[in-house]
Amino acid sequence: MNLFLRPRCPGSVPLWRHLYKSKGRQVYHVQHSLRTFSSSSPFFTNIIKPNMEVELTAPNGKKWMQPLGLFINNEFVKSANEQKLISINPTTEEEICSVYAATAEDVDAAVSAARKAFRHESWKSLSGTERGALMRKLADLVAENAEILATIECLDNGKPYQTALNENVPEVINVLRYYAGYADKNFGQVIDVGPAKFAYTVKEPLGVCGQIIPWNYPLDMAAWKLGPALCCGNTVVLKLAEQTPLSVLYLAKLIKEAGFPPGVINIINGHGREAGAALVQHPQVDKIAFTGSTTTGKEIMKMASYTMKNITLETGGKSPLIVFEDADLELAATWSHIGIMSNQGQICTATSRILVHEKIYDEFVEKFKAKVQEVSVLGDPFEESTFHGPQVTKAQYERVLGYINVGKEEGATVMMGGEPAPQNGKGFFVAPTVFTNVKPTMKIFREEIFGPCVAITTFKTEEEALTLANDSMYGLGAALFTKDLTRAHRVAREIEAGMVWVNSSNDSDFRIPFGGVKQSGIGRELGEAGLAPYCNVKSIHVNLAA
Amino acid sequence: MSSNVFVELKTPITGTYKQPTGLFINNEFVEGVDKKTFEVINPATEEVICSIHEATEKDVDIAVAAARKAFEGVWRDVTPQQRGIYLLKLADLLEKNLDLLAAVESLDNGKSITMARGDVGAVVGTIRYYGGWADKIEGKTIDISPDSFHYTRQEPLGVCGQIIPWNFPLLMLAWKVGPALATGNTIVMKTAEQTPLSALVFAQFVKEAGFPPGVLNIISGFGRIAGAAIASHMDIDKVAFTGSTLVGRQIMKAAAESNLKKVTLELGGKSPNIIFNDADIDQAIDWVNFGIYFNHGQTCCAGSRVYVQEGIYDKFVAAFKQRAQQNKVGDPFHDETFQGPQVSQLQYDRIMGYIKAGKEEGATVETGGERHGDKGYFIQPTIFTNVRHDMKIMKEEIFGPVCAVAKFSTEEEVIKLGNDSNYGLAAAVHTKDLNTAIRVSNHLRAGTVWVNTYNALHHQLPFGGYKESGIGRELGEAALANYTQCKSVAIKLN
Repeated sequence: MNLFLRPRCPGSVPLWRHLYKSKGRQVYHVQHSLRTFSSSSPFFTNIIKPNMEVELTAPNGKKWMQPLGLFINNEFVKSANEQKLISINPTTEEEICSVYAATAEDVDAAVSAARKAFRHESWKSLSGTERGALMRKLADLVAENAEILATIECLDNGKPYQTALNENVPEVINVLRYYAGYADKNFGQVIDVGPAKFAYTVKEPLGVCGQIIPWNYPLDMAAWKLGPALCCGNTVVLKLAEQTPLSVLYLAKLIKEAGFPPGVINIINGHGREAGAALVQHPQVDKIAFTGSTTTGKEIMKMASYTMKNITLETGGKSPLIVFEDADLELAATWSHIGIMSNQGQICTATSRILVHEKIYDEFVEKFKAKVQEVSVLGDPFEESTFHGPQVTKAQYERVLGYINVGKEEGATVMMGGEPAPQNGKGFFVAPTVFTNVKPTMKIFREEIFGPCVAITTFKTEEEALTLANDSMYGLGAALFTKDLTRAHRVAREIEAGMVWVNSSNDSDFRIPFGGVKQSGIGRELGEAGLAPYCNVKSIHVNLAA
Repeated sequence: MSSNVFVELKTPITGTYKQPTGLFINNEFVEGVDKKTFEVINPATEEVICSIHEATEKDVDIAVAAARKAFEGVWRDVTPQQRGIYLLKLADLLEKNLDLLAAVESLDNGKSITMARGDVGAVVGTIRYYGGWADKIEGKTIDISPDSFHYTRQEPLGVCGQIIPWNFPLLMLAWKVGPALATGNTIVMKTAEQTPLSALVFAQFVKEAGFPPGVLNIISGFGRIAGAAIASHMDIDKVAFTGSTLVGRQIMKAAAESNLKKVTLELGGKSPNIIFNDADIDQAIDWVNFGIYFNHGQTCCAGSRVYVQEGIYDKFVAAFKQRAQQNKVGDPFHDETFQGPQVSQLQYDRIMGYIKAGKEEGATVETGGERHGDKGYFIQPTIFTNVRHDMKIMKEEIFGPVCAVAKFSTEEEVIKLGNDSNYGLAAAVHTKDLNTAIRVSNHLRAGTVWVNTYNALHHQLPFGGYKESGIGRELGEAALANYTQCKSVAIKLN
């Protein structure tokens, strides 16, 4: 009996035919005629209820059918009480559309779908190679829809379109393809303990994974979470950030089109305290992966403890960037700017504390200031010349400005910016802000601002620089600038952080593990290390003396 | 145990001891079938130390049969953990007898006692390290489909023939037996005819550690007889050789012509040691000096081609010359001695031949270039400058305390010079610049690259050659691959 069997488009070749299958198993149903389910297909339109999607047009002229529902079992559905949340364009402060927001009941439905899919032959019986093929297909579809995805990301989040198109969407493709390659390379071990026993381990998926992502990189964070989870054979309920609900809903369409069986990936919008909390507390969820603030991370860890879920957390940071006296200052200024001003400073690894050796302080600050003036062009994110868009929401905008005020009150010097910067009288824009004369005790040096706001201070010795750098409850990223071979490797080891960039900043890569120490998180994403949080190791002992 | 397989010997620092002289087969010292012996010479005095029993083809056959029997019998049932316990026990015994082993090494090889102690310390480290590996030799489970079960096992190769050189007699032995025993093989080890003594002392501890008879057999003999018999033996599964590139080729041919036994080779080198303008010059000179004169230049990875960037060339040469002249050359048993004699008359003559060639080809002798003293095979630490790239002393492995120095101007040029060799064992880069270090070491075609150091070998770090410097890797986890073969098991489930 196969609940998920779907008709195929005549003439298309089902994906599974290309794959390794043993005899007697070809009944399942990764049938994916790969173009069958596009929303324009006559076959498909009767499934989507008319009010479950809306046609949107962006300032760049792109038009698309925006799904609005909760994506459960490969269908877009309303929330149980039909509640919605409004998505605001942070550039114009206008409403884009409203999407359905999950209640606890909807979370339960999504988890049930994921649980059922986890046990269903259509997913469970797929080989790693087959899972990889589905993931590659999804990556291909993302590539085909790159412009629409980038447009939605830009509209909803406020980040520059060029960044979304040339950096964020390619990251999604890269991450999916990378983990697709791992899907048939996640080995167990055969452990020789002597002639009396045959012992081996297998890597098994955890089960249903609840994944909660933030609004700063909606598509990329979705890919970082989905990639390793699917690779290892899990099923997923992914909750999006209420600030940026749109782009990943569009990705959901592509997931269905790629041919993932129903229930394998469920995507819901909703508020953290309602949908997020319901997911974290759900007894049928085996794992929670969360990216967001440290405060929320702690709440999640507490809630997850009741059902003892496997957790990974990627949380906040206050990452230091150290410029030693022998550094290439031009290079340091370039990367210091990228490290804090990219993505409007809304990066967990933003190098928001710059520590500069006193001997080269003046020269560095001049170069840095020039770089900010030159590169940080504010404006409409759809304009090609724009580097710096609005903050994601009014709340974030006010929070950043609040910190800037605190910095002023505490006596730091505003060397640049320090004020709102609306464009044509609209939008949550904050001017790139540089504080100098910052004391290590100040709030702007200690707390995560998550905006285009950097605190610069000086040091005299390497030891002092390290003390300052490590004097934080966070430990996510760190950057250091020096030409000295020995110092580079020595300081890199002494810094308490999950990632250290030498002569760059925020130079992350999907093949390299990413994550935090101290209160910046638990576990790692990306790279081979990203697989471990998504599988169990089962040990099997076979008594050969029996 | 017959009395003619032991002799009482004396070292200047540990006094008298009982030196085994027989072939160590099945945990016993025995005479060779043909009852042949050969003399062992003290290179510091040129006097005979004692006579040692020599293995011929017939003895190789007996040793291989012992190893085969152990492999297919008692050793197969020993658990990996127990193999580890034997190795750890052996390491403890070697450590306890470090002074004796070091003294025998100095006596036989001529290396300074300080260096010999360092060698034995490294032997202990290597054996203990592989003791820890013995129960971590793992295969994989590979999930191909739900209706099948696939896995791999890393199984031992079988009987391994191992042939080692005379420059680090005990250390080369440890590098070979450590991974081979950890992975469950049995061994017929042939030591170098120049330096058979320390391995026979070592053999006593093998038995004491509890290894079953036949697991590790150690024979003394000549390359062209016993060595050749191992390389072409039909019942040896693998041959591992350390020595010259010339002999390495013969071994590979013999392996090909007999039973296609697996081959790993650690061969010669002519390793470049590159000093950039921005290097810490004092430190660089220390390492260049150590790089070429350590172990009297009898090191396969010796930094024998020294390339100095033009900005510091004159200063470097003057200071390096001074540094080389300070090396203490003399009695190996003197605590302060850095450089002892070359190992044999043959080696001495070979090196002096190269020095002569360097002079004739027009290179400048900055220092050294002559015999040191009038007894023993001592050679002065020698530096050649104005060495052209086509000279013999720049191209061929001298295996003595002789280095060739040349000037370079650009990074690109020195990478080209450094790689312009049939060899690719090691290389070094001296610079303070982070990016130069990584970029140049990535471009050098060598199995080991040192940055701001030289000859810094460690049992955790793989060692082996590119190009004609060898095949395979010793040390580290990588060495385990040289002593195991992967078996794939496919089980159909339904």
